[in-house]
Amino acid sequence: MSGGQSLNRKKQTGQTRKLAIAPYLFILPNLLIFGVFIVIPSLLGLFYSFHVYDGLNPMKFNGLGNYIKIIGDKEFWTTIGRTGLYAAIVVPLIYAVALGIATLLAREIKMRGLFRAIFYWPTMISFIIVGLTWKWIFGDSFGILNHMLTLIGVEPVGFLTSPFWANAAVIIATVWSRAGFFMVIFIAGLQAIPTDYYEAARLDGATGIKVFRHITLPLLKPTSLLVFMLSLIDAFKAFPLMFALTGGGPGKETTYIVQYIYEIGFTKQELGLASAMSVMLFVIIGGFSALQFRMSKGGAV
Amino acid sequence: MELRPLTKIAIYSLLSAAALFWLLPVLWVVISALKTNSDLYSYPPKLWPQPVTFEHFKEAFSKGDFGLYFKNSTIVTLTSTLLLLLINSMAGFALAKYRFRGSSIILIGFISTLMIPIEVIMIPIFKVLSALGMYNSMLAIIIPPAATPTGVFLMRQYLLTVPDELLEAARMDGAGEWKIYWSIILPIAKPILAVLAIFSFMWRWDDFLWPLIAISDPAKYTIQLALSNFIGEYSVDWGSLLAMSVITMIPVLVVFIVFQRYFVSGMITSGMKG
Repeated sequence: MSGGQSLNRKKQTGQTRKLAIAPYLFILPNLLIFGVFIVIPSLLGLFYSFHVYDGLNPMKFNGLGNYIKIIGDKEFWTTIGRTGLYAAIVVPLIYAVALGIATLLAREIKMRGLFRAIFYWPTMISFIIVGLTWKWIFGDSFGILNHMLTLIGVEPVGFLTSPFWANAAVIIATVWSRAGFFMVIFIAGLQAIPTDYYEAARLDGATGIKVFRHITLPLLKPTSLLVFMLSLIDAFKAFPLMFALTGGGPGKETTYIVQYIYEIGFTKQELGLASAMSVMLFVIIGGFSALQFRMSKGGAV
Repeated sequence: MELRPLTKIAIYSLLSAAALFWLLPVLWVVISALKTNSDLYSYPPKLWPQPVTFEHFKEAFSKGDFGLYFKNSTIVTLTSTLLLLLINSMAGFALAKYRFRGSSIILIGFISTLMIPIEVIMIPIFKVLSALGMYNSMLAIIIPPAATPTGVFLMRQYLLTVPDELLEAARMDGAGEWKIYWSIILPIAKPILAVLAIFSFMWRWDDFLWPLIAISDPAKYTIQLALSNFIGEYSVDWGSLLAMSVITMIPVLVVFIVFQRYFVSGMITSGMKG
């Protein structure tokens, strides 16, 4: 009896030990990869940002030199401004289009699944293909769009050669490729609104737009914030789409911040400078995320 | 809620117009890929290919090494997805079902790195890959992206719903921790594993940035990298390019059609791309 008990206890301590080690072993592979490819590069990036480094010669400590250089770099700020402008146009557009489609699709209508699939589908295609697709449409000498314009009597437009239209093309392609994704998030948000709210509003005689403004929009606030933040962060990371659609041109007119950092780092080999720019981009994105965290707490229903 | 006929007509016409705008670009690419070269560049453009030709598809495979890129992308996507499912479910399991020192720090660490876009650390990533001798190897685009915070977080949230009693009972029966994970947790987690598998497939198949940072040898190009390189050249061979684009979309389309149900629900719970 007592022997059995001690055996049991031994078994138990063995098990506790196993229980203590097991979670670390389970988490180890992920943690290892994560540490090596995310954490270490992040720290390295911060470290590089204080150095002059071309990737080949030994790095030289430069203090805040890179940051000071960036502050005086007109092109950096032009690029940031351009990215900001792109975000300022793309984010509300995506918001409106995604919410508009979601509102239409949240009702009980026929072929709802098919419509959802059509709008969601571009989300699945890589940015490279999205860029190529629109390049084929916007192309100056072969593009279908210019042909259609001439059919209705409008002069052909240099979609990819005029600074204004190249940016417009990038914006159209972005909205086209991302709206479906946010549509799904909006549909989820719309479905979470209890139907009694709508019924009560109808009893009070409220109709269409009024219901939307006074019930749907306020109750959708948390979802709206999520969509707003995710699309904003997306916009600041935009790069592969432009790479395929305009190549950043004409000139540098559609070169956004990530592409600029990539060019400084990999083409010009100024790794320290590019790292400092990355740190600044991270601060911007982190700032937005922190802002969202605040606002979402304030906006919690 | 019954809709009035007029409202119904308005909704359908709005939706159809928007759907047309969403469909046409891809359709135009598919139609164009089936044209002969002289039709392809004719202006005004011909709406329909006459005759329909698969010339460009053949060309893409024979001339452009497209078969190789397709194979590379397939290998990368499949192995990376398997690895992701394994290690993310292991980590998610640990974070959901064990109490251990440092677990909350690790979880917060995982989640907060969601905020670090790969874009801002691509230069140091390049240096780390070089230092490890992984630069220019397929492993560099298979292993690192497999540890995703999104995946770990989704797994953890899902496994939190598994009752502890189930694990206790298995331990009473003498099952080891690995056995519990392998023969109890994994079968339970099938639905969320399916969602993750779809996401991972899409992420890796579409990925551009990792291959751009990690690969320089054309023999190891993935499709996306190869496509982007083709565009960069001065004379664009649109015929092959369009054909490649069409073929590249097919696997994603198949995955999309087969797993549509999971997509919408999975999207709702995670809402992430990247």
